Amino acid sequence: MRVLYFAWLRERIGVPVEDIETSAETIEDLVLELSNRTPRYKAAFSDLSAVRCALDQNLVSFDTPLGDAREVAFFPPMTGG
Amino acid sequence: MGVIIQKSAFDVGDQINAFSQNHTKMGAIATFTGIVRDNDNETLKAMEIEHYPGMAEKAISEIVQTAMKRWSLGDALVIHRHGTLEPGEVIMMVATAAIHRKDAFEAAEFLMDYLKSRAPFWKKEITKEAVTWVPSKQNDEDALDRW
Repeated sequence: MRVLYFAWLRERIGVPVEDIETSAETIEDLVLELSNRTPRYKAAFSDLSAVRCALDQNLVSFDTPLGDAREVAFFPPMTGG
Repeated sequence: MGVIIQKSAFDVGDQINAFSQNHTKMGAIATFTGIVRDNDNETLKAMEIEHYPGMAEKAISEIVQTAMKRWSLGDALVIHRHGTLEPGEVIMMVATAAIHRKDAFEAAEFLMDYLKSRAPFWKKEITKEAVTWVPSKQNDEDALDRW
């Protein structure tokens, strides 16, 4: 599965995109798995109220099952316009 | 409808003229242009706009389609830039075409409100003092409630 990070999450984790193997069922589970990797991930995901996520480019909540999705993205609240 | 995400600058006047000429049966064209604004101390050097390629086009297209269903619109156009911009540069524009002005104005406002907090773009301000990510505003989130 492809994982993308944007804005300060990308900076804190240190990579814009990575391909990972995961058995996580939901996005929440995946966040827990990633947080346990290194302190950088843990810091990036320490306050989930400041993080939004998208599954296959649709904005979703953290309890969404990963299912057959190919792409998950993490980013701060959007500031377009 | 048109959704364009691009790095390069564009001429707002040219875009509005081209958009208007395509819609001779529409009596109202409403447009909004967003500009990189310097801060009160005039220390902003640049604004870096990051986006999520693919999702940006998809999310904005969905917002435009919602507007086209909700209001009586002949057409709608959104152009949004990414990359490094300087104060005074155009970031984005919205144009709506309708038979009457109420639909054009309301749909343009709806598009702007949704683009603010539902289009995957992030702004980083580079000032003489610091480099900071622009935080989202609760006002922008609250603005969606009126629709």
